[in-house]
Amino acid sequence: MSDTLTATTPALATPARTDAPMLQVRGVKTFYGNIMALRGVDVDVYKGEIVTLIGSNGAGKSTLMMTIFGQPRPREGSILFEGRDITQVPTHEIAHLKIAQSPEGRRIFPRMSVFENLQMGAAVDGFAHFDADLEKVFVLFPRLKERINQRGGTLSGGEQQMLAIGRALMSRPRLLMLDEPSLGLAPLVVRQIFDAIRELNRTEGLTVFLVEQNAFHALKLAHRGYVLVNGAITLSGEGRELLERPEVRAAYLEGGAH
Amino acid sequence: MAVQTADTAPPAAANPVLGPAFKDALIVGLIALGLFGPLIGFETVIIDGALGLAYRPSLLAIMVGIIFFGRLLLNVTLWSPNRKPSTHTGPTLFDRAGTVMGPGVKPALLAFAVLFPAIAIFSLGGLNESRYLIDLGILILTYVMLGWGLNIVVGLAGLLDLGYVAFYAVGAYTYALLATSAPINDFFAGLFGATFWANWAFWICLPMAGIFAGVWGMILGFPVLRLRGDYLAIVTLAFGEIIRLVLINWVDFTNGGAGIASIPRATFFGIPFNAGPDGFAALFGLPFSPMHRIVFLYFVILALALLTAFVTVRLRRLPVGRAWEALREDEIACRSLGINTTTTKLSAFATGAMFGGFAGCFFAVRAGFVSPESFTFDVSAMILAIVVLGGMGSQIGVAVAAAVMMGGMEMLRNLGFLKQIFGNDFDPSLYRMLIFGFAMVAIMVWKPRGLVSTRDPTIFLKERKAVSGDLVKEGHG
Repeated sequence: MSDTLTATTPALATPARTDAPMLQVRGVKTFYGNIMALRGVDVDVYKGEIVTLIGSNGAGKSTLMMTIFGQPRPREGSILFEGRDITQVPTHEIAHLKIAQSPEGRRIFPRMSVFENLQMGAAVDGFAHFDADLEKVFVLFPRLKERINQRGGTLSGGEQQMLAIGRALMSRPRLLMLDEPSLGLAPLVVRQIFDAIRELNRTEGLTVFLVEQNAFHALKLAHRGYVLVNGAITLSGEGRELLERPEVRAAYLEGGAH
Repeated sequence: MAVQTADTAPPAAANPVLGPAFKDALIVGLIALGLFGPLIGFETVIIDGALGLAYRPSLLAIMVGIIFFGRLLLNVTLWSPNRKPSTHTGPTLFDRAGTVMGPGVKPALLAFAVLFPAIAIFSLGGLNESRYLIDLGILILTYVMLGWGLNIVVGLAGLLDLGYVAFYAVGAYTYALLATSAPINDFFAGLFGATFWANWAFWICLPMAGIFAGVWGMILGFPVLRLRGDYLAIVTLAFGEIIRLVLINWVDFTNGGAGIASIPRATFFGIPFNAGPDGFAALFGLPFSPMHRIVFLYFVILALALLTAFVTVRLRRLPVGRAWEALREDEIACRSLGINTTTTKLSAFATGAMFGGFAGCFFAVRAGFVSPESFTFDVSAMILAIVVLGGMGSQIGVAVAAAVMMGGMEMLRNLGFLKQIFGNDFDPSLYRMLIFGFAMVAIMVWKPRGLVSTRDPTIFLKERKAVSGDLVKEGHG
């Protein structure tokens, strides 16, 4: 595994790689009943990085994401966040460590207004920086400002995704985890959302762990990438480097989705 | 003329109406004949001590005729294939009326509730004559309060609770047992005088009933934390039954099915409503009337109900209230946003149960008698029906639904005029539940999200916008 990297893309923030990883996943095995969904996964996310995890349906991408968040819990292995073992920490306390998640399927609150959804996101932060953070989310996603008093369930898919990311950002996360933000969205909206992620990383040095099926866009965006096949990491490396690998191209890009 | 006006020309794709409609009605009529034949056509009669059959062809013909012509009428009108389907979406007339009149409805209803005893007394010409109406008002307000209490659990937190009557029972028995307890009475008699406990029991027990019920709410909450939807409903249903069965069978403690009688009456903050020299009437220089107590009880339950509404409205604006609503929408999202779903659920159960306990305490003091028979599943079902029909989460909807349901049930007791139509053998009270059932089905068909289905956001940036609940799908998780 290539693990010595430097940032190559000028558009991205330069990650600090001198210290220990911010998020350290070691030998994690997660089971659904008797079925092993994750077969000993190792993932590192350093501060200021965008790291993407790609893989096909059922590879275990979302399972890894949810395992980091403590539901379900891994049967073996450990998860460290900023040096602290969070393997057995309750989910809502993990959120209090400033890990924010935009879960698979967005999971916004459909009958609550956009504003209330964003408020729910700020609960962890204690509403201390609410107004400033709200303004930041609106700069990032101006559409949300237009829809502020509309119910979450009446938004379009792309707007709901923006709301899910915005809600996660309201907690002032140190690590933002996004599960398939491009799922079911038009290419233009996908680009909008990926631009927003890049912008957050560049201007604020936000660390992002991105789970994606859209391998081309994700690898182009990310500093580093991991490929998950059948519950195990098969490849890892720099995003652009992975993009050139023939096995990645064959399996996930089908001759290039450029 | 090549050009025809739309008025004179029939629609190009008009389907034949009358033929199929007639055929359909005929088939339905035959089915009705087959069904009603044995059910209505025959009647068993006793002839000379033996069972015999009597035939009622005319009644059968009338029934089948009603079905046939009713079906035919529906086929050519409402169900006609040429009828343009309604394409109306968005807020219904009812919702829009609610948005327009919304600001005025609440003060108007509140004013009516406060003035209700006066209205009843003046319109019926006297204290004693108004007793029935004020009693009805107390009944309705009790159910308004229970509805609002359950609304916290079901409407806000989305936890389907079929055993809410358990907390009502806990509150009622808390008061009944404490107020009739001889040791407590003796203890206070030694400290403050012989009548102290009888006069103050209600006011001391009222908060305790709420606290006890709230604790029981948490006790119920713990085992069902992991349950949702149907499973939660079944367990809460069982909990309601367990409480009732314990009340029946623990005879030493609760006096079993015989219940607890001669519970001390409510007092005007320590001043009893009696004809004695220390009574309410004498102290306030009024002629004694037993109605003073009833009117006072009306205002007590009104205050309790308003307290419930006030606390709910305030809680909804606090983080805990918003967490309840978020929990209803999506539990997993809640957890990943850092909300402790355990304490959130328990607080919803406990808060809802507490108001049930208050209402139960009030029930015991009003009736002066409690027995397990008052706390059957019917009561839970009725409260839940009020919450669902009113529109889950809507305060005003629940109040209207409680008034309609309880008031309507009472009105249906007075169907005497139907005897003039159907003759003296007709017992209208038998049809009470039937009409009630029809009304519920009708509401659920036309207003599937309850009478008031709009949910106003608790907080706004610029302006209020009502979005009909019909447009928004239920939360998953």
